[in-house]
Amino acid sequence: MSIEVRNLRKVFGDFVALDDVSLQVPGGELVALLGPSGSGKTTLLRIIAGLEPADAGSIHFHGEDATDQPVRERQVGFVFQHYALFRHMSVFENVAFGLRVRPRRVRPSEKEIHDTVMGLLSLVQLDVLAKRRPSELSGGQRQRVALARALAVKPKVLLLDEPFGALDAKVRKELRRWLRRLHEEVHVTSVFVTHDQEEALEVSDRVVIMNQGRVEQSGTPEEVYERPATPFVYGFLGDVNLFHGRIHEGRVNIGESQLEAPEWADARDQEGVAYVRTYDVELAPARSGASSLEAVVRHVRAFGPIVRLELDLVEAGTTIEAHVPRARFDSLALAKGTRVYVSPTNVRVFALQ
Amino acid sequence: MASIALSRPATTAPRAVTRATGESRVVRWTLITVALVFLALTLLLPLTLVFAQALSKGFAAYLDAIKEPDALSAAKLTLLVASIAVPINLVFGVAAAWCITKFQFWGKHVLITLIDLPFAVSPVISGMIFVLLFGAHGWFGTWLLDHDIKIIFAVPGIVLATTFVTAPFVARELIPLMQEQGCEEEEAAIVLGAGGWQTFFRVTLPNIKWGLLYGLILCNARAMGEFGAVSVVSGHIRGETNTLPLHVEILYNEYAFAASFAVASVLTLLALVTLVLKTLVEWRQQRASAERKESVDSSERIAA
Repeated sequence: MSIEVRNLRKVFGDFVALDDVSLQVPGGELVALLGPSGSGKTTLLRIIAGLEPADAGSIHFHGEDATDQPVRERQVGFVFQHYALFRHMSVFENVAFGLRVRPRRVRPSEKEIHDTVMGLLSLVQLDVLAKRRPSELSGGQRQRVALARALAVKPKVLLLDEPFGALDAKVRKELRRWLRRLHEEVHVTSVFVTHDQEEALEVSDRVVIMNQGRVEQSGTPEEVYERPATPFVYGFLGDVNLFHGRIHEGRVNIGESQLEAPEWADARDQEGVAYVRTYDVELAPARSGASSLEAVVRHVRAFGPIVRLELDLVEAGTTIEAHVPRARFDSLALAKGTRVYVSPTNVRVFALQ
Repeated sequence: MASIALSRPATTAPRAVTRATGESRVVRWTLITVALVFLALTLLLPLTLVFAQALSKGFAAYLDAIKEPDALSAAKLTLLVASIAVPINLVFGVAAAWCITKFQFWGKHVLITLIDLPFAVSPVISGMIFVLLFGAHGWFGTWLLDHDIKIIFAVPGIVLATTFVTAPFVARELIPLMQEQGCEEEEAAIVLGAGGWQTFFRVTLPNIKWGLLYGLILCNARAMGEFGAVSVVSGHIRGETNTLPLHVEILYNEYAFAASFAVASVLTLLALVTLVLKTLVEWRQQRASAERKESVDSSERIAA
């Protein structure tokens, strides 16, 4: 079941939560809505679910307009950040709830309910805890119950609001992989909200990056990571260094050094910023060309296969971060205070407005 | 009885006294002694006195005073009034708390303030309001007379006054509780396809039942014990519009001290039963909220 969002707008008082947001989620995909807090991602999810009305725009499920459809008729599964399990019910009753509240003529029999619920609980590996209360479960277990509960009503789409936000790093990683596998198994169109870029890139088929109520970019994890469309996306996904300079005829001038920027061949002395990933920084003991920048090692964190360095740029007076393989680090014999020359290998330049 | 009304259960157990916050032995015992003497003088002494006076002419006289027709009719009226006022306030209180905590609407703060009004004004004034509205010289007085409807100096007036005075109890108890619980569970229920009533009976009500019961117990205690407002609208007609508290006053004014205290002892017993019930419910409520807290704590621990 595909989801389409057209020109959605939502305002809370003076705050514009969503500003003309359009979005397409093809059927069966797992899409991540990624953005910092306040970017409107949760509001978008709640409007898709019908928990919040939109001020303008429309929602379509499988081509049909669902904008004015009441929540309970939308057949969506919603997983809340803080689980929202019914605290006075057992795990079994929580999952059975969606089936029990159906009108009598479409309500499954007691045996069918039992089979469905136990099937789902074994899918989320919690069948042995069916009689427990939510308060007797760990956070990860509660989130799995919430998922089973959402799936029990056979939703057309599954919406997850920061599903792993309240869990510790280790459980989060496990659940992440588990969600990926679960999605391959049940294959229901799913949208999940997260502010964790790693989570979004690792789990989803497509990532939608939001900022200040707008969609900045959407695409596969590779696309958005390798070819960020805006400075915001560049800064939000992965670690990045900023080099401020002036763009002139296909080059960025940073002090005496110059970085190639062929896509800016027409630019005439414009202020701009070069974005460089921390691992796209070449280090050399001597000046190796026009793009070399002089730096002094400020701090070294040498554990694991990648060594993280903090470098003070001599001319610009700013600090950048460089990730270099251990072998390269050893051959350069770097230490705190060593003079080194930095050449960015993969540069993306954006003009300042 | 109104004195118990405003105490509310602590939702979190206070931290044990530590060395740093503790006091020396002398200070501690002095404070405890002062508190105990004060309690004995203001609570225990009057309580004992009520029963001592009630039984001063022997147990037979005590029973006679209670079984006397006017006393019985006063007891019946008190029960009748409570059995009407309490359910009305149950419905009103739950509806108001539901509105205030689950929805955003214009005039919400006005409603919250209005709910407190009966606590803020003197009960006598509460009674006067109804006399001014429905009394013979009141706004609707002539119309009511023409249609032969009696409100003031009759049972409807007593019910109205009692309902008014006891209106805040249930709502006041539920609003903080429901605010604390938020509406995520209700949202979850609606997304899963539950209707409004299903959501209320299956999700909201089970979550608030102990708080609701607590509010009802207090509401009932006040409904049976209310004196001021009822005194104004009742007219003190023996065997007709006398409730138990009014009957106590009448007997006392007639110098029938033993009988007066005998009837008062019935109300006192009611108060004691209320206290026991209240303590029980508070205990259950604290357990429920401790469970809730624990569940929050453990999820926070996981998040940490």
